[in-house]
Amino acid sequence: MTTQSHASHGAQSHGQTHTLSVLVENKPGVLARVAALFSRRGFNIESLAVGPTEYAEISRITLVVNVEDHPLEQVTKQLNKLVNVLKIVELEQAASVHRELILVKVRADAAERHQVLATIEPFGARVVDVSVDSLVVESTGDSAKLEAMLRVLEPFGIKELVQSGMVAIGRGPRSITDRTLRSVERAA
Amino acid sequence: MTEQARAAAPGSQHSHGSQRAATAGVPMSGAQALIRALEESGVDTIFGYPGGAILPAYDPLLDSDKLRHVLVRHEQGAGHAATGYAQATGRVGVCMATSGPGATNLVTPIADAHMDSVPMVAITGQVAAASIGTDAFQEADICGITMPITKHNFLVTRPEDIARTIAEAFHIASTGRPGPVLVDIAKDAMQATTAFRWPVEMDLPGYRPVSKPHAKQIREAARMIVESRRPVLYVGGGVLKARATAQLRALAELTGAPIVTTLMARGAFPDSHPLHLGMPGMHGTVAAVTALQKSDLIIALGARFDDRVTGKLSSFAPEAKVVHADIDPAEISKNRIADVPIVGDCAEVITDLAVAVRAEHAAGRVGDYTAWWASLDAWRTKYPLGYETVKGSLAPQFVIERIGKIAGPEAIYTTGVGQHQMWTAQFINYENPGTFLNSGGAGTMGYALPAAMGAKVGRPDATVWAIDGDGCFQMTNQELATCVINDIPIKVAIINNGTLGMVRQWQTLFYNQRYSNTTLAAGPGVDLNGGAEPRRVPDFVKLAEAYGCVGIRCDSPDQVDATIEKAMSINDAPVVVDFVVHQDAMVWPMVPAGVSNDEILAARGMRPAFDGADDE
Repeated sequence: MTTQSHASHGAQSHGQTHTLSVLVENKPGVLARVAALFSRRGFNIESLAVGPTEYAEISRITLVVNVEDHPLEQVTKQLNKLVNVLKIVELEQAASVHRELILVKVRADAAERHQVLATIEPFGARVVDVSVDSLVVESTGDSAKLEAMLRVLEPFGIKELVQSGMVAIGRGPRSITDRTLRSVERAA
Repeated sequence: MTEQARAAAPGSQHSHGSQRAATAGVPMSGAQALIRALEESGVDTIFGYPGGAILPAYDPLLDSDKLRHVLVRHEQGAGHAATGYAQATGRVGVCMATSGPGATNLVTPIADAHMDSVPMVAITGQVAAASIGTDAFQEADICGITMPITKHNFLVTRPEDIARTIAEAFHIASTGRPGPVLVDIAKDAMQATTAFRWPVEMDLPGYRPVSKPHAKQIREAARMIVESRRPVLYVGGGVLKARATAQLRALAELTGAPIVTTLMARGAFPDSHPLHLGMPGMHGTVAAVTALQKSDLIIALGARFDDRVTGKLSSFAPEAKVVHADIDPAEISKNRIADVPIVGDCAEVITDLAVAVRAEHAAGRVGDYTAWWASLDAWRTKYPLGYETVKGSLAPQFVIERIGKIAGPEAIYTTGVGQHQMWTAQFINYENPGTFLNSGGAGTMGYALPAAMGAKVGRPDATVWAIDGDGCFQMTNQELATCVINDIPIKVAIINNGTLGMVRQWQTLFYNQRYSNTTLAAGPGVDLNGGAEPRRVPDFVKLAEAYGCVGIRCDSPDQVDATIEKAMSINDAPVVVDFVVHQDAMVWPMVPAGVSNDEILAARGMRPAFDGADDE
């Protein structure tokens, strides 16, 4: 009857990618609490981005985790127990916009410069720094697009690469922060 | 900790009247605000130890006529005493220590309270705000250190935040799933002046514990209870935390379903009650373990499917559906998937469940557990708890059993961790909540004595017995001094087998009798079984007397009752009894670690035969 009674979590290699938006109080140490919870409960964070929201007292952490549904539920419940966590929303791929920012330093002398420019053009990327034998390319997009661009830039020689964590926002008029803020005001 | 009296202590000229502060607030130091906030929070006792960074708080403490401070001999003792106080009274236990090593000495009791969901507030001094992060003298990042072992913690650096933070700490510690909360206060915040206001408004927008269960889930659970044929009420510590023992008894008698009480729930249901099968788990009764294993419906109430209860999880109770009620949503389906999850306070859940079950009964649907009880009764008759006695030596189980009989069910019993803990859970009959205190989740050796001290302070009229091992006792025995000096007359029974008994039991069973570093009463390489005389180091009777306690030794069965009665008759000093017991006694039944509960051994090498178990 109970065929699957063992709820294992941690070390999930065959899970799916989930994007969580976690609204937290903008207080010292909150990021450490969130990050430490993941590590002590055995969950890996694939991507992490933290920043302000439209309300000064609320910060937003966007987390990408690769887990199956059951451990996702467990980690969400554990996150909800953190006193500084206000709200957790999973942003489904289809109903939200996901973006990362990448800065790539590409080897390119004067002769190759035009080839690089032509290569990045279809990606809507732009050059933000030029030197005698290098360019810095800036691009935003979802992971698939950024990976595709990197693949075609690789032959030129990538000298340095830096990438932000993913940020994501739901499509449509609704906001995940407004109701949260009201509850903050009520409690305050 | 090292004394460091550098601070100019602010004179505490303020009188602590009960008058409410005006809106503008009463001007006072942060330290005075701390003491006032503790008083207003209803605290009557603090277990603590001063030092440099917490020194400002100790000055106004001297003038408080509401707060009793018990000066311990080690901060670990303060932490466990706060836990014992909380477990015995149901109120929040409070401990206090200075920064750095004072704070880190609280780490073990805080972790212990976290594992057992004990409401505790720990207050620590911190170096001055400007010095934080500079590796200052006696600096430790105690908030960082205790982050994974507290329900929440706070670093306070501004005097105006002290009172509100204390209110928030008590609220968080005592509501929802209880737990320890640490408040770390910078020394200069205690020294600066602030305006004290009370009551304060709390600012906890992300803290919203759910206590009211879902009606639909309750109805579904009631339906399953009356439809099941082999139900078991699996009762955990959450029922004690929710003070729901009366409601539990009503529900049990209404349904007629058998009950098991976990190590954390001993006392939640009377052991004398015919519906009670005893404790489940690694050293549970054959009837309790087997009932869960063969059940078709487990109703888990404030329990968390701990590995010590389930054994190998994948083979635990394979035919059972699960109703899981807990106030912590993260416990539900954490280890075992619940068919009916119920988030709520056990008092409300059990009350609502009884109403819903009554409605089922009124509609003519009553559970029929006749065949189930035939099996259960057969198991408990055939495999009762028992022990062997070896001629010429004292059986530890006998000692514990007699203490339970003579001190009775109104007494409070605390234990350390190991064999004596399991025997105390098995061989004493508990009839009342808050009478068995132990370190369940963390398994902290050294818990018994300071916890007994805290319990006795919280319930001075109760007889409090610390039943301890000789290994555990030596981890915290310096608190005997605290007990003597502060007039806390606890009774300590050292179940002295000269070894680390539980570890030795595992070495006997699983490590080919190779007793590596588990003998306390002899040096390395000395074989006590080969006839060598044990060296009683220390001599516990002399140790007790050195501390000003009454020390008694007992090593023969015919002296046990007289010894216990003598201990019971002494109420003006702590009593320490050194019961010298047989070193090879073992805890049975046992489910070896990592195997299925089907493999329970009633005694060494004896697998029960479950005749008539499959008559469903």
